[in-house]
Amino acid sequence: MIRPAKDPGYEMVVPEGWGFATSFDRRDFLKGSAAGLLIVIVFDGLGALEAMAQEGERPAGNYPTDFNAYVHIDQAGKVTCYVGKIEMGQGVMTSFPQLVAEELGVPLAAVSIVMGDTDLCPWDMGTFGSLSTRFFGPVLRKAAAEARAVLIQLAAEKLKVPEAELRVEVGTVVHTRDPKKRVTFGELTQGQRIERKLSGKPELLASSAYTIVGTSPPRRDAVEKVTGKAKYAGDVVPPGALHARLLRPPAHGAVLATVDTSEAEKVPGVKVVHEGDLVAVLHASREEADRALQVVKATFRPARSTLTDENIFEHLAKAAPEGETPSQGGSLAEGQKLATRTFEDTYTKGYVAHAAMETHSAVAAFENRKLTIWSSTQTPWPLKSQLMKTFNLGPEQVRVITPYVGGGFGGKSAGQQSMEAARLAMMTGKPVRVVWSRAEEFFFDTFDMAAVIKVRSGLNASNQIVYWDYEVIGAGPRGAVHFYEIPNHRTVVRGGWSHNPPGFHPFAVGPWRAPGSNANAFARESQIDVMAAKAGVDPMEFRLKHLSDPRMKRVLEAAAKQFGWTPKAGPSGRGYGVACSADAGAVTTNMAELKVDKSSGKIDVVRLLCVQEMGVVVSPEGAKQQIEGGMTMGLGYALSEEVRFKDGAVLDTNFDTYELPRFAIVPKIETLILPSDGPAQGGGEPAIVPMGAVLANAVFDAVGARVRQLPMTPERVKAAMKA
Amino acid sequence: MKTISFTLNGKPTQLTVDETRTLLWVLRDDLGLTGTKFGCGMALCGACTVVVDKQPMRACVTSMDDVAGKSVTTIEGLAKGDHLHPVQEAFAKHLAFQCGYCTPGLIMGAYAVLSKNPGASRDTISSRLNGHICRCGTHVRVLDACVEAGAAMKGGRS
Repeated sequence: MIRPAKDPGYEMVVPEGWGFATSFDRRDFLKGSAAGLLIVIVFDGLGALEAMAQEGERPAGNYPTDFNAYVHIDQAGKVTCYVGKIEMGQGVMTSFPQLVAEELGVPLAAVSIVMGDTDLCPWDMGTFGSLSTRFFGPVLRKAAAEARAVLIQLAAEKLKVPEAELRVEVGTVVHTRDPKKRVTFGELTQGQRIERKLSGKPELLASSAYTIVGTSPPRRDAVEKVTGKAKYAGDVVPPGALHARLLRPPAHGAVLATVDTSEAEKVPGVKVVHEGDLVAVLHASREEADRALQVVKATFRPARSTLTDENIFEHLAKAAPEGETPSQGGSLAEGQKLATRTFEDTYTKGYVAHAAMETHSAVAAFENRKLTIWSSTQTPWPLKSQLMKTFNLGPEQVRVITPYVGGGFGGKSAGQQSMEAARLAMMTGKPVRVVWSRAEEFFFDTFDMAAVIKVRSGLNASNQIVYWDYEVIGAGPRGAVHFYEIPNHRTVVRGGWSHNPPGFHPFAVGPWRAPGSNANAFARESQIDVMAAKAGVDPMEFRLKHLSDPRMKRVLEAAAKQFGWTPKAGPSGRGYGVACSADAGAVTTNMAELKVDKSSGKIDVVRLLCVQEMGVVVSPEGAKQQIEGGMTMGLGYALSEEVRFKDGAVLDTNFDTYELPRFAIVPKIETLILPSDGPAQGGGEPAIVPMGAVLANAVFDAVGARVRQLPMTPERVKAAMKA
Repeated sequence: MKTISFTLNGKPTQLTVDETRTLLWVLRDDLGLTGTKFGCGMALCGACTVVVDKQPMRACVTSMDDVAGKSVTTIEGLAKGDHLHPVQEAFAKHLAFQCGYCTPGLIMGAYAVLSKNPGASRDTISSRLNGHICRCGTHVRVLDACVEAGAAMKGGRS
């Protein structure tokens, strides 16, 4: 077991191998008193953030401009990189050290990583949006490249040779002509504090020179995760810690009227807390806390909501804000004049849960005026700010530690369970563990938005799309703007996962793996298919005919070849589907083959293919894992996942009624990543985006029925077959 | 309260506990064995799977009374020191995990299936593991890993 940097005065079970317990105190190091090379350079590499701002994702904070915040080299030449990102399965714990080792010129094994700890790591906006490799990767590479340049400068002085005659070889600076002249990184640092300013920017390695990036080393979390040693927030047990269970309303909008905790107080060892709307029972044993909660008697005034998963679409259409027009061109009126065939369709999709296997968990300890929180969070720094603000604490008084996160998918971006643990720890003076039940998880989830999408479009006599009038309600702008060659078009976005009118969505919604893109791709790619079928043109060829982007065309053509797609107008009876998408900088084509049981309407997916171009790939096997995972997860929102609710109550409370993809339905999955020298793009989200569309299109190809509502339950498929 | 004797990861164990408590929370809260995970509390997800007398069991619905006199193996008891069990080794090699939260339960489920029938087909393994949920979508890799682990176990490794 490893101890935290600052001993809190008791033995604490902390994630083994997690790294935040290092042999030096990071804060002292940052002040410059500890051993190691300190590189003080002003970081000019805010290009990444500017790029993000262009995508509308300006973070509310700043990455440090001092590279030593990210990379530390000790006397023995051991390198530690510090990143504020968290590991929730996506694999950056393994891929970030690859980037650092490559640019610094050290073996991969020499680089360790510390993640998601607000006392040890530099500020970070959060782990979401497939941004880690795309936008934070370049920051880390520049940090390592600067360190390497400084080390060469130091070596030149020590060896008394010009810098130009030196090169870096596995953690050692070597003279090009006289290799006996050499000095290791560790010898150069000598434990001294060294401040340097570099003139000019060190160049990053060209991708052709990579020897570590582009390989697939073993995942660093493998052994811990297969042996059960990997620690998640709910596994952290400070001595004396109490489990807390909180009284919850039966429905969103229900208000606590009366509460009687007298029976709960009789449970031996229980602590009952009642302050305003907060009613909690705490006990060292989870099961005793559960029992105590069961005997709390409470009444609630009912919620006013009359919305259900059936009338929600009508409500969304009525309540939608005016909206924005992120893209338009040509003239819709002109396009309509040119059209010989017109189409008008509406697509809908229900709310979908994140349903990570680890429920929201947090452990809070408040000692010596310092609040320490171990949290399953995707956003340690925003959480820290929220804790500081809520409890009126200074930055030195709050530490957020993020052990392994058991799945996030966007759902661990809010901090509710951490706020609950913190509040109870401060009220009781004991460390408090909050681990939501599955029912709490379904109740408080920030669901993926339900959506209503109306598309009007038209073809001219030569089967060219001449207009496209697209309106998305509920799902938001991501993936709403099409990428086809259409002369007259308009995209209108009304509402999304934020900035909605009050009561627009009946409960919390939030980012869910490529938020909004899944609904938008479903509508767009279905409508393209509808037109291809009416035109009597193969849907893959119809798309190619309307694409000009070379990346998209390359991916689609490669997919057709890999899949063995022979052109045939739909419905061909083969059950083939195709759908394209552009998300997080990557371009993707998914293809599917499936069968439909005509009597039950049940879909049996036989095989799936995803072809993706995502720039330079840091770890090909890691990227493949993300693609496969995205496709597998996408089977859920496409086929079975939909949150049922009525009058503010969430009716799905566990996995008996809410159906996630299981082994029995997972088909053969094939992935192909096309080689590219372009900058690394997002990988966590893109492959899930076309899943609803590709399966809907394959259903049409199989049985000639167009399903316009996700998920495509057997009943909906049967209804579409009758229509 | 009752004194329950059972074998835990090969060691004779005696606990005086409320016998209606679940094995899951006794493992996690009383014994510090946190590799067995809480996922649903209703035997619907498989995250808490342990092996009791060679049978895969959901620890969240298994009472302490149920394990009296029996032999319980948790994820912590599978490796021999630093030597991983073939199922663990195959999961690590095939990257048959992402977030890793369902992984201990899946490994214990696979271990139970393959211990009985190391030659189980991919389809058989798939149907036997259908009670396990993996939200990250590692299913195809889990099956690859299981087939390989089965072959190693058939060759005499356990």
